[in-house]
Amino acid sequence: MIGAGHAGLAVSRVLTEHSIEHVVLERGEVANSWRCQRWDSLRLLTPNWQSRLPGYPYRGNDPDGFMTMPEVVEHVSGFAAAISAPVRTHTTVSSVSRIDGGYHVATDAGEIRGRSVVLASGAANLPHVPKVREVVPPRIECFTAFDYRSPDSLPRGGVLVVGASATGVQLADEIHRSGRPVTLAVGEHVRLPRTYRGRDVLWWMEHSGVWNQRYDEIDDLERARGLPSPQLIGTPERATLDLNILRAAGVEIVGRLAAIRDGRALFSGGLRNQFALADLKMQRLLATFDEWARNTAPHVEVGPAEHFEPTRAPESPRLSLDLLRGEIRSIVWATGFRPDYRWLDVPVLDRKGELRHDGGVVVDAPGMYAIGLPVLRRRKSTFIIGAEDDARDIVGHLAHYLDRTSSGS
Amino acid sequence: MGQDGVKNGVNIDALLAAREALKNAPEAAKFTWRASCKWQSGTHATSTVQGFHGLGDEQSHKTQFSFETDHPEVFASEDHGATPVELVLVGLASCLTAGVATVAQNRGIQLRSVEAKLEGKMNLYGILGIDSDVRNGYDDIKVTFKIDADASKKDIEALVAQSQKRSAVYDIVTNPTNVTVEVL
Repeated sequence: MIGAGHAGLAVSRVLTEHSIEHVVLERGEVANSWRCQRWDSLRLLTPNWQSRLPGYPYRGNDPDGFMTMPEVVEHVSGFAAAISAPVRTHTTVSSVSRIDGGYHVATDAGEIRGRSVVLASGAANLPHVPKVREVVPPRIECFTAFDYRSPDSLPRGGVLVVGASATGVQLADEIHRSGRPVTLAVGEHVRLPRTYRGRDVLWWMEHSGVWNQRYDEIDDLERARGLPSPQLIGTPERATLDLNILRAAGVEIVGRLAAIRDGRALFSGGLRNQFALADLKMQRLLATFDEWARNTAPHVEVGPAEHFEPTRAPESPRLSLDLLRGEIRSIVWATGFRPDYRWLDVPVLDRKGELRHDGGVVVDAPGMYAIGLPVLRRRKSTFIIGAEDDARDIVGHLAHYLDRTSSGS
Repeated sequence: MGQDGVKNGVNIDALLAAREALKNAPEAAKFTWRASCKWQSGTHATSTVQGFHGLGDEQSHKTQFSFETDHPEVFASEDHGATPVELVLVGLASCLTAGVATVAQNRGIQLRSVEAKLEGKMNLYGILGIDSDVRNGYDDIKVTFKIDADASKKDIEALVAQSQKRSAVYDIVTNPTNVTVEVL
């Protein structure tokens, strides 16, 4: 096992159930990314009652609340202790390579050989920043979600936030509240209300079965895996955070950052279509929920029908912004994350550096598995609540593989 | 100001007079260009232009102009016309060429021939949805002018530079534009 986050630990728990001997290697402490690579105010997008790990439900007294990062660390660490996970902390993997009958794992604390290896190192190890970053004028300070901690991280003055995923809208909101004028560049995005018909929208995702949709049932899997995170925020007020709200608060919304030329940021003129697409997709999803409530679960109590107004486009969105004029002092790149596989010395990556896998079973690498990647086996795969089903599937495959190869040799 | 003896077929005096007149009539300078498009079959469509608005009034071309667009046979289409992306190159080429003639007239440069070749590079991974990091449109457009004129190479280069500076299509292609698409 490589990585002692919630996904790796879930696999560890299921391996123990199967009496499969294993060790969990962790470069830092348990739940390391939650400790070190998140901004201060971040809370989980999923309500507490959804922070369920195998045999380890949420036990606190605020099921509808959203965990802060220290609370997530406590929850995941509590799980690790409860299952007595064989974690070796402060053990950084430097290389994984193929050997006869399995894999060789080199770490800064010695070498390990295993017949099977599970990559649970996470989907968000490195910030993904588009190439246009290279031509940002030097006087503008650049941040990603990894080095941003709070608005105090930023210089005074205007901020351009690039990207309107959960990260982008949350940071735009928080930075705007700090008194810094914010311009938010919006490309393809996923709009979701925090609550719908009296229930958390992720309650609907779970119960209506949308989250359980399997990777091999999805028409355009590549697109589903590449989708930005939904525009959600976890707050005690269970507030919705969408572009209408940000705009009403005073955040300037512009189109996708297309280029920076001669010190000017150029924004796409296709903003209206991005809004139309996100509104349509949200309405389609909510209609799926309605249909489920009407036909499949008429006994489940939900609120009355609810409508959301379309995202309102600015009359004429700004198409360019002079980055040399001093109005913008910093750029926050909320343009996604990438896994880091630089230590993986097995040819299992595609031309774009992504792991080739079939539902977590790594292609052309018998005995190698992955967990915790977007839509790995189900739409819920990257959420805490999604770890258990994936872990069971993966370990089922792995156990079968071990049986087969040991009887064969 | 058109220089004596220089005949590029551009009525520069009229253009300069119009420029002066429009300075004091900002509303008249606001033009609306229009095109209509009608689907034929498959990827074949016919577009027409005739009317436009400008100088404070409805205006019209002398006749209706019509353009067929389609995809070539390698795209399993019937090839009834240029592809829309080729028409974009046509728009850019003809705008820059008209600009070269106009600027040359204004600068007193006699043109003998002006030819432009255009190449737009495009990766089909974009429009086919194979790779979301690849854009749909051109990722690079190259325009090569061959100009025979009574001027030094430097002056001709300056002519071409000025033509880009004042070209509507060059601006449309190189800068973003707000686009609203509605369904009736």
